[in-house]
Amino acid sequence: MSKPQALVLRAAGTNCERETAWTLEQAGASVEILHVNALIEAPSRLNDYQLVVIPGGFSYGDDLGSGVVFANQLRTRLKGAIEKYISDGKLMLGICNGFQVLLKAGLLTGRDVFDDPVRATLTWNLTGRYGDRWVDLRIVSEKTPFVSGRKIVSYPVAHAEGRFVAPPAVLDELEQDNQIVFQYVDGNGRPTQDFPFNPNGSDRAIAGICSKTGQVLGLMPHPERNVRHFHHPEWTRMSRDRQWGDGFELFRNAVKRAGALVTA
Amino acid sequence: MLFKIRLTPKLRDKSPESLRAAKTLEDAGLHSKGLIHRRIYLIEGELDAAKAKRAANELLVDPVIETAEVAPGDTPESEGNRLFNIMRRTGVMDPVEQSLMRALADLGVPAGGVKSVDQFEFSNAVSAKDAAVAAAALGNVVVDEARSGALTLTRLPHGKPYEFKLQLVALSKLQGDALMDVNKNHRLSLNSAEMAAIRDFFKAAGREPTDVELQTVAQTWSEHCKHKTMTGRMTYREEGKTECLFDLGAPRDGKIENLLKETIKRATDELNKPWCLSVFVDNAGVIEFEGEDAICFKVETHNHPSAIEPYGGAGTGLGGVIRDILGTGLGARPILNTNVFCFGELDTPQNQIPKGALHPRKVMRGVVNGVRDYGNRMGIPTPNGSVHFDARYTGNPLVYAGSVGLIPRNKINKASKAGDRIVVVGGRTGRDGIGGATFSSAELSSESETVSSGAVQIGNAIAEQMVQEVLVKARDADLFNAVTDCGAGGLSSAVGEMGEHLGAKVELHKIPTKYEGLSYLEVWLSEAQERMVFAVPPAKLDALLKLCKSEDVEATVIGTFEKTGQLVLDWNGKVVCDMPMKFLHDGMPRVSREAVWKPAARELPKATVKAGDANAILLAILGSPNVCSKEWVVRQYDHEVQAGSAIKPFTGPGRDGPSDACAAVPRPGGKNAVVVSNGLNTRLGDVDPYHMAMSNIDEALRNYVCAGGDIGHCAILDNFSWGNCNKPDRLGALVRACYGCYAAAKAFGTPFISGKDSLNNEFMTDAGVSVAIPHTLLISAIGRAVSLRALTTSDLKKAGNRLYVAGLTRQEFAGSHHEMLTGVRGDQPPRLDPAAALKLYRALNAAQADGLIASAHDCAEGGLAVCLAEMALGGRLGANVTLTKDLGSDDDTTLLFAESNSRIVVEVEPANEAKLKKVFAGLPLFALGEVAAAKKLSVKGVKGASLVDQPLEKLTAAFREPLYRAFGETAPATPA
Repeated sequence: MSKPQALVLRAAGTNCERETAWTLEQAGASVEILHVNALIEAPSRLNDYQLVVIPGGFSYGDDLGSGVVFANQLRTRLKGAIEKYISDGKLMLGICNGFQVLLKAGLLTGRDVFDDPVRATLTWNLTGRYGDRWVDLRIVSEKTPFVSGRKIVSYPVAHAEGRFVAPPAVLDELEQDNQIVFQYVDGNGRPTQDFPFNPNGSDRAIAGICSKTGQVLGLMPHPERNVRHFHHPEWTRMSRDRQWGDGFELFRNAVKRAGALVTA
Repeated sequence: MLFKIRLTPKLRDKSPESLRAAKTLEDAGLHSKGLIHRRIYLIEGELDAAKAKRAANELLVDPVIETAEVAPGDTPESEGNRLFNIMRRTGVMDPVEQSLMRALADLGVPAGGVKSVDQFEFSNAVSAKDAAVAAAALGNVVVDEARSGALTLTRLPHGKPYEFKLQLVALSKLQGDALMDVNKNHRLSLNSAEMAAIRDFFKAAGREPTDVELQTVAQTWSEHCKHKTMTGRMTYREEGKTECLFDLGAPRDGKIENLLKETIKRATDELNKPWCLSVFVDNAGVIEFEGEDAICFKVETHNHPSAIEPYGGAGTGLGGVIRDILGTGLGARPILNTNVFCFGELDTPQNQIPKGALHPRKVMRGVVNGVRDYGNRMGIPTPNGSVHFDARYTGNPLVYAGSVGLIPRNKINKASKAGDRIVVVGGRTGRDGIGGATFSSAELSSESETVSSGAVQIGNAIAEQMVQEVLVKARDADLFNAVTDCGAGGLSSAVGEMGEHLGAKVELHKIPTKYEGLSYLEVWLSEAQERMVFAVPPAKLDALLKLCKSEDVEATVIGTFEKTGQLVLDWNGKVVCDMPMKFLHDGMPRVSREAVWKPAARELPKATVKAGDANAILLAILGSPNVCSKEWVVRQYDHEVQAGSAIKPFTGPGRDGPSDACAAVPRPGGKNAVVVSNGLNTRLGDVDPYHMAMSNIDEALRNYVCAGGDIGHCAILDNFSWGNCNKPDRLGALVRACYGCYAAAKAFGTPFISGKDSLNNEFMTDAGVSVAIPHTLLISAIGRAVSLRALTTSDLKKAGNRLYVAGLTRQEFAGSHHEMLTGVRGDQPPRLDPAAALKLYRALNAAQADGLIASAHDCAEGGLAVCLAEMALGGRLGANVTLTKDLGSDDDTTLLFAESNSRIVVEVEPANEAKLKKVFAGLPLFALGEVAAAKKLSVKGVKGASLVDQPLEKLTAAFREPLYRAFGETAPATPA
């Protein structure tokens, strides 16, 4: 397996790029952090990568709604390049604000690469405000190469607009097509609508979904914040010899698949 | 053509935004059932209806949750007089407008101007009275414009162009009151000696000063910039019965030449730690961290702006201290923020709020929102802070904002060179925040809100985050010689500081402005946020400008540093200021003040709990405002971004045990953690500021070591917020606190590396009574963890583990929570024996390094009882404790609730007990009992009587719920 090339794509207001890049490097990728301006100048640069990650933050201040301005850039300035990238079978990951960007760009819900109009959204938490807390998630679909095994993992969430909302027909479709990957669960491991276990009131406890092909994954919780042994809020109650937190596996899986694309 | 795009939530009055607005109105006493919030965007330019529809449908509307209406700007909405609109005043920064302009360009919709509006639809017509309430509650009268009724506009409002006219201020013939009238009319906040010095200087020069010269001097000489009280002369004396400060280190004749130098800085100088890399000279103090990494720390106050406009004031306060970090050396990257607030009491009845002051709940909500929105957006975690309450903060709340940065060791020195271009980078200049330095040096009054509204700045965190990215890249590419932030005084302070030893010429008309109409004076003094000034060698200029462009950050050359010794300001070829830097920086006359310490009789509040009932007292203290959980605040802050969080604000299976300090690994892959803590007790200042200062330092340090911070590599910061120190009694208290600072810092070996003072915190009521805040000293500690493995949290870990307390308990109740709640007056404040404490802290560090400490927590407000309760609820484990007279007293109440300093409870596995005792050999370490699986806290007295017997559930509820309740909410469930 060759060393895959990962792109961490940022814009004004992106703020999780450095820890995301570090985690990808630990997982075995060669990583570049690029401002979206640079990619807009030369969209063909997208061909250099097998994995694109849009990290968390507040792109353009979320001034027109979370992720809207960045998503608009993907739809208006990078449409062709992204369509080619996806048709080449490559991977995209959006975390938190990155999920908002991918979803609002239409990269997660449609039969085509870009869904138009977009049929689901991420909107204000039912609490009406920003919240930072750790949540338990159940992996309920293995449609995407980013996950392996239907297990429960703990990642923190930190957002104000993370409530996944879609009309029932769209939710049914996502469910039937196994696109719902992560669900918020309660202490008994059951998907829940109860705060704070479901921290934002997402429909069907949705914390993350993938595209119909499984190549694109978006999730509100931050796997890159549960990577090192000291990340977990209860780490001082655990063995001090643990090396990696729950979140690392997702990056390792992604880099592994991306690596296979290099040799292919 | 102007188009109006109106977005209505499909959930109408049940949308989160609608509900939030209704709740805000409810809090302000306006019932607004059925309120609907809408977004409106006004777009002006060469566009037709089809393009406006594209903007609406492809960009602005979220079709899943909203519907869009697109109409010409002058189309009245059908809801007519039930509508109420809030938008930014013309010329006030609105980040939404900038983002919208960019997105429209991406979409190919040509727009010349845009405006965003929040529209609220009420169920009934909006009366003038309701509109006034809504304007204040939903917006801010300082920066927002409110309009009732349908929103019909044919064009967007624009500013007017400015016509140049040089303004001279005639001073030469003025004396006494007439001179001070100029001071007042121009809001200079200078004293008569300073005004006379300015008059004499210009008289000697044979001319009158221009308005911009006068204001530049006032900004530079302000208390805010010069700290003239702390560095000034004073004579100290005492009245009444008190511990004599002359026995505690003050000069016998009471003559102090420079208070700061003789106390705070003296400790640093005498300690002379080799790991202190830069102290008291830059924006922030810098100490070694690991390898090539150094860390810097600064804490600022932003009290007066936050009193008037809590949201904007607190946000820009944080933005300002972050810029301090960005402008430290050649630029540091912020890695964490801290926030400490002091407010009036949240349950104060509205009719007891003095005119001109906001209700503490409104202040607190605004401040927390402001800090949340700024810090979270910057991508800087906020893992440490505290909140304190006292009625005397009602008119003059305190907002301390701190920031820690990571900086390469070889980037901590800077100096602008002759010939360097002056480049302003970041946000544009507007009329916002003019006169902040002089405003913060003046007293608040019932009229402040109207008089000083221009002094409040408007922040845009994303603009600052963009500047941060450019700055760090430019630093690493070596593109500039010096940098500083635009803070109080705006460009006048920044350029004045950077050019102090050279001289500078600035072409004011080149400074990019947000809108037309700014005069040369406004451009120079504006405190518009998110701007940094760089000194760039001509050879590197192109590279810097190119870098800025690639990141969408505006950068403009506005002048040159020249070795003329003069500050020259030019407006389109006309010189509006030509002053020697020497006068500006060294021309201020020194004043001498009188300082008197006289202990005042302390009034205790009405008792709310019966003395002797330990269970009731414990629950009452746990639930009291200063002690209770601040979860309501903390969960709104991102404390994990940058993925360095190793000790979070809350700990344990329920994620609700309070942590003593935060620990953060400052770079991905880093091998050690920065530990940050704070100490502040507002109640001890009334007893004796000397002991308060000692205690606050001890509190900060014991929090620091509890978490695993290395006491041998720890620096501290002082932040004084005091009443008006022109009044001798306030100044006398300040002198005592400073000597306490010296004594403790010196003995602990923890140097001060930076500090700040805000010495005019009084509120003048409309009845003419001046209310001073309690003497408030925040001590912040920063250093390096013993190791990552040595980090320790406060939650109990395992049933069967043993509990010990290190440190002696004495009958020290003055200023305690026990005193406050039971009304049983204490006569002794907590005293500090720093030499003994230091030994304990070193021993604790050694035990942590050996992996002996399962958990540790300090005894602070509420003493040992509260400490044990917090450890137990944090760990969801019980504890069986028996008090003994070995602990330092045979009085159960003392052992439970006295607030003696330097005490830490530790948990140790039975197998490690002997080793622990060995590490603490010869030091006061006493067995307390053991951790129990049964979820209750049980404490038996010296004679075996049951003192405390409480289920964890009850302790947890008492601790967690009060702050949620104060804001009309219920505490959410916990995972355990």
